[in-house]
Amino acid sequence: MLEFMLRRLFAALFTLVAASLVVFAVLEVLPGDPALVMLGMEAQPDTLAALRAELGLDRPLWVRYFAWIGDMITFDLGRSHAYKTDVATMLVNRLQVTMPLAIMAVTFAVCLGLPLGIMAAARHGKAGDYGVMMFSQAGIAVPNFWIGLLLVLVLSLGLRWFPAGGFPGWDRDFWGSLHALALPVIALGLPEAAILARIARSAMLDTMREDYVRTARAKGVAERNVLFGHVLRNALIPIVTIVGLFFAFQVGGAIIIESVFYLPGLGQLIYQSINNRDLVVIKDVVILLTVFVLAINLAIDAIYALIDPRPKIKA
Amino acid sequence: MSPGSPLHRALRHKSFLIGAALSLLLILTALVSLVWTPWPVTEIAMTRKLQDPSAAHWLGTDHLGRDVLSRIMWGARNSIAVGFVAVTLGMAAGVALGLWAAARRGWADELISRMSDLVFAFPAVLTAILITTVFGPSATNAIIAIGIFNIPVFARVTRGAALSVWGREFIRAGLAIGKGPVRITFDHVLPNIGSILIVQGTIQFAVAILAEAGLSYLGLGMQPPLPSWGRMLNDAQTYMYDQPSLAIFPGIAIALSVLGLNLLGDGLRDILDPRLKVLRVG
Repeated sequence: MLEFMLRRLFAALFTLVAASLVVFAVLEVLPGDPALVMLGMEAQPDTLAALRAELGLDRPLWVRYFAWIGDMITFDLGRSHAYKTDVATMLVNRLQVTMPLAIMAVTFAVCLGLPLGIMAAARHGKAGDYGVMMFSQAGIAVPNFWIGLLLVLVLSLGLRWFPAGGFPGWDRDFWGSLHALALPVIALGLPEAAILARIARSAMLDTMREDYVRTARAKGVAERNVLFGHVLRNALIPIVTIVGLFFAFQVGGAIIIESVFYLPGLGQLIYQSINNRDLVVIKDVVILLTVFVLAINLAIDAIYALIDPRPKIKA
Repeated sequence: MSPGSPLHRALRHKSFLIGAALSLLLILTALVSLVWTPWPVTEIAMTRKLQDPSAAHWLGTDHLGRDVLSRIMWGARNSIAVGFVAVTLGMAAGVALGLWAAARRGWADELISRMSDLVFAFPAVLTAILITTVFGPSATNAIIAIGIFNIPVFARVTRGAALSVWGREFIRAGLAIGKGPVRITFDHVLPNIGSILIVQGTIQFAVAILAEAGLSYLGLGMQPPLPSWGRMLNDAQTYMYDQPSLAIFPGIAIALSVLGLNLLGDGLRDILDPRLKVLRVG
């Protein structure tokens, strides 16, 4: 177990170093002059020189790379060129929107998708199964931002039950903030519920064909206990994997959904930073997101080791 | 036609037939748009902006008075082009890497697995964002971003399938008569993993269309005035109160295309070999 986790940790660190090199190469080396990218072609020579000095572009590449890594390790994220604010402060503010959004969306997906998948597997080949499969195919095919638009169209513009966008802030209006996140949570979570239902169903069906399930049934174990005690427990690995991946994909999803609902979250920050060509912010945020995704993958591996009923794990 | 033949099974597989019909509709729409659309796709006419569906404009007009049906037809062409090129790029590179990893094992295998982890660690939208930050938004850059995301998908699927072929008897026979790894890869491995590549390719096509729609919704795909489904939905959001239908038709086009390709892919898997391990990410 310990050796397995250490190997995974080492692989994750390797991936992180490689990712930092790629990000650095794409944003600092490939454009030639990052200051020119940030200020645009019509920039004055003296402003360009000032920004180059601010960013320390006169130093050799490897010094800049290691200085950046050093800053990241000490969580000194530098200043946004466009917002004239510390990147760390902005991140903390933006995460107050994106974190609850991501957590609630995944929770929504699990609460809807998992029971549907279990029900479909329990009624394999019957009407309920076909219903869930149809929901699943439809949910996978529909883009989340279109679900968002339709929700706004019906529930905000039509029935006026929910705000069409914006975010009041947790301190100012807690319930209003929760209300503002309701539609984005559904838009983000619904396609994920569809994917989860499908994966949970097929994982359960695979396990149901195993010998020990037949043995349990033959012993006279009640069907409910077979389903939740034997089948679900062994079907958990693919389910945990996909739920972990959902957290990783929230980042990409948040960029689009926060645009649809005008939410001032991390996704909007990334999107605006591209439009502002704010390389400092993009570089830091992308690498932090990579750390986040790798941490999630490690957590999935650890959970595997815990829930896998078999004694040994193949790396 | 024998009862067990793939064609016979295909004709009895309902969701495969629905998928095939929807995919065919998508391709036909794109082909027709090459030679004919009801109205010119970029023709602006402010006098007839935001109209309801009518005999002249079957799906209405947008905020610049452009015909929505014509733009959706053109959008089909855009989606297919992006999907096709991105999947071809990803497949070409991914299959080559996967075959190499399976044939060489050892460090090559390890290197390719770590590289896959690296690409998977970035969500596709982030890859696209990195590319567009440096090179500017365009349909080509969207294709490259989606293509890069597809490489590890195909590398992983190919590696897994190829490894199981390498363990079979006839490979040992091939090695015994002195065939090298390259010959074996082309003579035996590649022909035996065709099914999974076709199925995965169809699924990735659907994923690519969804990804393109997302990118162009953010303004990172096809640039105006040429239409893309995602961009049309973005424009529609501003005028949703005045003309809600603008926010509906392009979404239906995306959903039906993706649904069709997914059903086609799943159906092909059932027909060719139900045990194929399809990778689902995106």
